[in-house]
Parts: sequence; C-alpha cells; structure tokens
Amino acid sequence: MSVEAVTLTNEIAARRRIGAVAALSVLVVILMLISLGIGPVRLSPLSVAQALLGIGSEVSQVIVREIRLPRTLLALAIGAILGLSGASLQGLLRNPLASPSLFGAPQSAAFGAVLVIALGVADVRSYALPVAAIIAAFASVFVLLSIAGRNAGLLILILSGLAISSFAGAATALVMNLSSNPFVVLEIAFWLLGSLEDRSFQHVMLAFPFIIAGGLMLFSQRHAFRALSLGEETAQSLGVDVGRLRLFVISGVALGVGGAVAVTGTIGFIGLVAPHLMRPVIGHDPGRLLVPSALAGSALLLAADIAVRIIPSTSDIKVGVLTSIIGVPFFLYLIMRERRALGGGVA
Amino acid sequence: MNEAALLTARGLGVRLAGRVVLNDVSLALEAGHLVALVGPNGAGKTTLLRALAGLIPSEGEIGIGGQTLASLPLRERAKRFGYLPQGHVVHWPLPARDIVALGRYPHGATDPARLSPKDAEAVLRAMQAVDVIEFSDRRVTELSGGERSRVALARALAVEAPVILADEPTASLDPRHQIDVMQNLRATADKGVLVIVVTHDLGLAARFADHVLVLREGRLVSQGAPAAALSEQVMADVFRISAYRAEYQREAVIVPWADI
Repeated sequence: MSVEAVTLTNEIAARRRIGAVAALSVLVVILMLISLGIGPVRLSPLSVAQALLGIGSEVSQVIVREIRLPRTLLALAIGAILGLSGASLQGLLRNPLASPSLFGAPQSAAFGAVLVIALGVADVRSYALPVAAIIAAFASVFVLLSIAGRNAGLLILILSGLAISSFAGAATALVMNLSSNPFVVLEIAFWLLGSLEDRSFQHVMLAFPFIIAGGLMLFSQRHAFRALSLGEETAQSLGVDVGRLRLFVISGVALGVGGAVAVTGTIGFIGLVAPHLMRPVIGHDPGRLLVPSALAGSALLLAADIAVRIIPSTSDIKVGVLTSIIGVPFFLYLIMRERRALGGGVA
Repeated sequence: MNEAALLTARGLGVRLAGRVVLNDVSLALEAGHLVALVGPNGAGKTTLLRALAGLIPSEGEIGIGGQTLASLPLRERAKRFGYLPQGHVVHWPLPARDIVALGRYPHGATDPARLSPKDAEAVLRAMQAVDVIEFSDRRVTELSGGERSRVALARALAVEAPVILADEPTASLDPRHQIDVMQNLRATADKGVLVIVVTHDLGLAARFADHVLVLREGRLVSQGAPAAALSEQVMADVFRISAYRAEYQREAVIVPWADI
C-alpha cells in the first residue's frame, strides 16, 4: 500500500463527514424556518423567509423578527452548546455516558440562578443571573472531575453526578422552601421546568456572549480530545497539557451551560443524545464529533421546541420536560448497551 | 558521565504521596541500545520510565541529547520520547491508522485527516516496520491482543523519537507475540534508537537486551550486560530466586527456576 492509498481512505471518510455536516446545517435552517412560523399566527416557511429579509407584510415582519426570532435563536445556540458540551465531556472522560445533565451541571447552574432570584439581589434580566449560574456550574463540574480523578470508571462518574445533581436539587428546594414570597416560588418553579417561551432579545444578549465564549473554548480543544483517546498519560507524552485541557473543558461547559440555564432554566439530555446520534455517521473520533454534535443539539432543541407548540395539550408543555421525558429512556438504553463496562469489565 | 550517552539521569528521585518511590538513580544510556528495566513488583520501574519521559515531577537532572529535560517545553519533550504505556488502552473504536497517526501529534499533525506528506510517510514507515498496514482501516477495538500491541508500538514508532520507552509491552501476550514485539523493538534499536523496555520476563531481557537495569525498592542495584547484571547474586538478592543459566546462539539464557 502506498502513501497515496493511506491518504485516499481519509478523503472518503472526510467527504462523508462534510456531507453529514452540510445535511445537518440544512436541517437546522429548515427547523428554524418552521420554528419561526409556528405560533398563534401560522406562517409558511416562505413568508418567514420573506419577513426575515424585510419583505412581506409588516405584521409578519414584527411577529417573526421581534417576537419569534429570539426564541429560535436561543433554541439554536442552546441546543448547540449543550451538544458541544456533551461531546466535549465525553471526549475528556473517554466515556460515552458523560453529559452535562448527568453530572449535575445544569441543576447546579439553576441553583445559582434561583439563589439570585430568591435573594432579590437582581432582576431576572441582569447579568447577575448568568454569572451566578456559571459559577455554580463551574463548581459542580470541578468537584465532579476532582472526585473522579484521572482514570474514573463509569460508576464513579455516574454516582458522583447523581450526588451532585441531587445536592443541587435539594439546595434549590431549600431556597424555594425558605423563600417567603409565593410569587417568586411560582416563577422559579416554572422557570426550572426549562422553557424558551416569551424570550426577548434581552435574553439573547444575556446568554450569547457566554455561550459563544464557552463554545470557542471547547472547540479549541478538539485535537487534544483525539490524543486523549489513548489515555491521559499517553496524551501527555504526546505533548497535550492535560491539566490545562481539563480546566478549558470545565470552564467551557460552565460558561455555556451556565449562560444557557440563566435564560431558559434546565434543559437536559441534549448533550447526552446528540453525540450518540452522530457517532454512526461521523465515527468515534472525539475531535470530529464536536461540530456535528453541536448541529445535532441545535436540531434536537429546535425540534423539541416546535413539538411543544404543536402537541395539543390543555396547558403548555415545557421544552425541558419534553427533552427529559425523551432523554431518560435513551439514557437507560445506553446503560443497557454499556452494561459490560458498568459491570466492571473492560469494554 | 558517559559523553556518548543519549539519555542521562543524575540523582533522580521521585516521591509519590510522600513515599520515596525512586531514590538517587543515575544512569547513562546510549543510542542504538535495547535496555531492559527489570525488578520485583513495586520496585519503581514504571515510575522511572515516567520520570525519564518527564510525565511526573522528579528531583535530580535528566539529560536528553545534551539538553536538560526540565528546560524543554511539553511539545519538545514529546518529540524526544515515544512512550508506550502498559495495556495499550484505546478508549474509542478508531481505525488503526488514526491511532498510529497520533504519533505525529508532537510534530504538529494533530488531525489524522490532514497529514502532511512528511507525516504520512512517517506513519507509513511505522506501520510497515511492525507490519500493521493490512489492518490500517480496521477499528483497534476489533483487533486481537497481539495485533493491538503492534498498532500501539507503531504509534510509538511514528513519533520517530530518539528514545522509545515501553512499559511491559509483552504482558499478556502469547510467546510468539512476545517474541514478535521484542524483535520489533530490537530492530528499532538497531536503527539507532534507544529503546527502554520494562519487563518481568528475565528470559526475554537476557535474550534481547544489550543492557539490563535492575531496580529494587527505588534504587538501581545492578546494571550492565545481561549475564553480568543478572548475576546469580542479583537473582538471589533482588528476586530471591535461583535460575538456570546457559548460553544459546551466543545470547544469555536465564530461566527462573526456584524460590530461595
């Protein structure tokens, strides 16, 4: 076999990956158009596109560009950062069951935000909210990775994740418990369910800087994840600064998830599901999974947010509830598949 | 200290969690040698290997090709050592060629899909050297233990570093694959690379190594040509065994025989 033959194999795989990313991008755009068209006034994708370009009726322009666009943009960005965070954590821990929600990151972020709301130190649209959420998310991921140590098995990760998310849940409950204002409690409860309803450009401005910063931090580490496939020691011997990589991932996930949770509440399981959907198409290379997982995360959250608006129900279904209802059985399915590794054997 | 030495250590010491694991180890090893690092369990063999590669903090001074290791940034260290850890762990089912291509990571080839012709040639050379080209496209997780050990070795060779550090590369392999791995390492050394192999197999050490280092409780207690370094006295003191000793095809034969 010649050098050409070795590089040729690469090109076929590369073409398939590019095709998958292109197809996903198209899907995301279509879902965005549908998302912008759904609501009390239904608009066709064509009139949505017209409104976006500034043509068509003034009413539909206002509806699309001012009322619905923030919601759609948030679904796009938050889905993407959740998918990217999941793929990054899976890459860092070399473990297909890793994800922000299983590690209690969104739950902890929610606690940080809830504390700020309940204390009344800031209103729900100030930067205090994402900052508190980010700090809490950072603390949770940091504690989890410290407990897990260098070569954590699945069981330790999942048990510590369970402990951290339970603790964050209990702390949130305590805050609500102690809160004297029933309206604040009601507001917190609704917001905890995770929703994209009635979000404005203020929310977009609140979340986007953190999501973009977190996303860039995670994406910058894509090659290191690949080297980490061989274990931390070998990656280090190849020139990867593993300590720095961990700090980047913890910070990136905290910024992204914290920023997202601050405006939508907890939306779980996108980060777990998205990389899994991509592996059969993209392959297992953790560096190449990042961008497709982000796109898949966007598509999933956009689709879920469309679904909650068209599923007929007496009261609004929150999108965070829907993603968990679908995500948890998926998680169980993954546990079944990974049973051998969980049982202590070598997968 | 030997002027011709490629890798030197002076007063090397390592503490892990307050315990002295490696104590005042000094050595000078030459390019083109296959060096076997032996010693009872817990003697500090893996620790010495890690310390030499700069993977763990240590006291003392390590020199590589005339430079001190401490003065080199991570990436430069990575170019000087091909490190092969125990167990040949690969966490994702990646194709064998992508694994081997990771050996070019220290040279800036961080994406196996975009190898420069120079890097691609190095990958190919490494794969040819240990004969793994035929399963280039197969996932490493689907390979047998022997095949996987060869892919792991190819990955370490692809670094094209002056030093290869291999931690028990023959563990859990059948006799034929053990010899296969050692022959590959021997051939690598014959091309001018310094190869250091941790092994519990004194027979393989005696058969293939130019130089044997014997560690006991963190100290280097004996070194030299196999038959001398693994003298009857050393076998008794360090390993607490007696051995059958002979010579076959001008190589030392040492077969552990009984405990004493």
